[in-house]
Amino acid sequence: MRLEYAPAPESRDVVEIKPSYGLFINGEFVEGGGTPFKTVNPADEQALAEVACADEADVDRAVQAARKAFGVWSALPGAERAKYLFRIARIIQERARELAVLETLDNGKPIRESRDVDLPLVAAHFFYYAGWADKLEYAGFGPAPRPLGVAGQVIPWNFPLLMLAWKIAPALACGNTVVLKPAETTPLTALAFADICVQAGLPAGVVNIVTGAGETGAAVVNHADVNKVAFTGSTEVGRLIARSLAGTGKKLTLELGGKAANIVFEDAPLDQAVEGIVNGIFFNQGHVCCAGSRLLVQESIRDELLDALKRRLGTLRLGDPLDKNTDIGAINSAAQLAKIRELADAGEREGAERWSPACAIPERGYWFPPTVFTGVAQSHRIAREEIFGPVLSVLTFRTPAEAVEKANNTPYGLSAGVWTEKGSRILWLADRLRAGVVWANTFNRFDPASPFGGYKESGYGREGGRHGLEAYLDV
Amino acid sequence: MSENNGRLAVRKTYKLFVGGAFPRSESGRSYAVRSAKGVFLANAALASRKDARDAVVAARKAFPGWSGATAYNRGQILYRVAEMLEGRRAQFAAELVDADGVSARKAGELVDAAVDRLVWYAGWSDKIAAVHGSANPVAGPYFNLSTPEPSGVVAVVAPPMGPLLGLVSVIAPVIVSGNTCVVVASERAPLPAITLAEVLATSDLPGGVVNILTGRAAELAPWLAGHMDVNGIDLTGCPEELAVACERDAAENLKRVFRPDPGEDWLATPGTARLRAFLETKTVWHPVGI
Repeated sequence: MRLEYAPAPESRDVVEIKPSYGLFINGEFVEGGGTPFKTVNPADEQALAEVACADEADVDRAVQAARKAFGVWSALPGAERAKYLFRIARIIQERARELAVLETLDNGKPIRESRDVDLPLVAAHFFYYAGWADKLEYAGFGPAPRPLGVAGQVIPWNFPLLMLAWKIAPALACGNTVVLKPAETTPLTALAFADICVQAGLPAGVVNIVTGAGETGAAVVNHADVNKVAFTGSTEVGRLIARSLAGTGKKLTLELGGKAANIVFEDAPLDQAVEGIVNGIFFNQGHVCCAGSRLLVQESIRDELLDALKRRLGTLRLGDPLDKNTDIGAINSAAQLAKIRELADAGEREGAERWSPACAIPERGYWFPPTVFTGVAQSHRIAREEIFGPVLSVLTFRTPAEAVEKANNTPYGLSAGVWTEKGSRILWLADRLRAGVVWANTFNRFDPASPFGGYKESGYGREGGRHGLEAYLDV
Repeated sequence: MSENNGRLAVRKTYKLFVGGAFPRSESGRSYAVRSAKGVFLANAALASRKDARDAVVAARKAFPGWSGATAYNRGQILYRVAEMLEGRRAQFAAELVDADGVSARKAGELVDAAVDRLVWYAGWSDKIAAVHGSANPVAGPYFNLSTPEPSGVVAVVAPPMGPLLGLVSVIAPVIVSGNTCVVVASERAPLPAITLAEVLATSDLPGGVVNILTGRAAELAPWLAGHMDVNGIDLTGCPEELAVACERDAAENLKRVFRPDPGEDWLATPGTARLRAFLETKTVWHPVGI
């Protein structure tokens, strides 16, 4: 018997979206010089608000404000900076419900995820780095590590507020000031964060938010008075930034793409592994740089595992992101949907077999059903390129050595998963997988105390933990 | 080199050091190396693009074994390099007198400093993980451990000044953590680098862990900077313009780039910046339960 769920929508009333938003520069909301743009709800394609677009002059004003604030902010005793960050963390907790709904509206992710994953992690991240602000001399980088100055930060649309927290919390704790550009399609929670800075009484200019598209981002990272650039996004753009920063002496950290292998051995607890595979690739519609997008399953259990996986995928609910029962929300934008479709079509054309559960797709909005490709060869585009969508490519292996070989056969190196009951095998694999995060018998876990970041073309530098301080200190 | 008692000395042929062997440049090219006083010393191999590529292949081949060796073992081998260097103190001192025109006493001090530098780094091998790793107290029932790991194959453009101490100071921090490397020796004074290769070859260091090319940095560095199977590059020996061009090329596969401090004093205690430059952090999660 299949039990249907009644709709359980979270109320939109907890958040008040203004018709238009300005840039947040030097503690005030101001107009932008560029052409304003609309941000839409990807679940119904309705415009949510009009947002100012920062041009070069606006970015320059933001950097000047940050530069001016740097003197005051970096001179504050660490304990005082810490208290501002603790305040921000508390306000985020107080406004968590509002922020979760806003995130879901602007991004399309299920409210269950924005409420239970994104927002708790955002607050935790500020709490964590608040505690570092007056203890930097104990962080292992020498007796008196210094901040770098003005940090230019560009973040993606998949975890808008969480990526903001990953960037701003350590930067401020170390005594830097920031100019942050949120993604064009998800600016609203960053602008809500600007309001949180006002509520916290943060000195003007310490945090500046400039909204816009790629040109605005380029103006931020290329500004001559920016000392540090932090970028999370595609490897393609990361490469461009690394090139354009050559010779400038700006400190650069990059958190880029991935094509993680999720390796399942025949002795793995199958039901747990299935949950891990689902969480690995269908969490956040697969809009996750560390998503377990390549399933490497030991040949002996291939059929059994695929049957169990398909059964489980049949129970996933796709639809209204604000519904508390929704598992799969909307794809963030029409452009991303087109990219996922293109790669999925390429998978079919190249000879892999495509499967999706029976799944009603809403009429409006951007949607893509959970999709599994079997019969995937390592040379297929869907095994090599980051799809950044709910698409799983299944490959098989026979020996542990072959699993390692296939897992590492990618220019990326962000994450990997291992499922087996044998402890020594986990450690053997963990040693050999060239990836910054290895999840063993779990997947897609995050914590502010745990460093995150990639090997090879997944970028460099770490965010989170003591390691995350290094990116914002002159060490 | 000197010719004593009317006996004609047997001179050494200075070749490259690749994969533990001493080949000539595949290009067949060489260039005349002169002393600080302008006296002809030897013809050194003038390495080519192909030599650089061969060296990367050798370094990649050596990487699994070297990075998989125990930290204790790597420390032992670096200490062994120091022992071998100490044993050849007089030879290196004489080469430094020739290369840099320094006094015999100063040359001896520089060799001593190079030996001490190796000993310093040897001791780091099994401390790096303790100092740069961490057990992370995550908010959930998970074991969570971060450990440093080597980046992979690193290209090192050695400083033109400091043909021994500078060279040792850029190689040791790269290999002690398990990286393998391709080094472009000082173009001006390459001979101590090749003599150092003889030390490395007799110190139980697996072939391919350190590969040394002699020749022109301006010719070799761009190939290494753009090479897709090189994971990092140390630009210490690159003049400004070349360094910027290499840094730009290095973006192609997002190499880890070490930009040197222009005022680096080779005699000072190094600190950990060079060690940290070519380390990755790997974080492993596992649930806790019964």
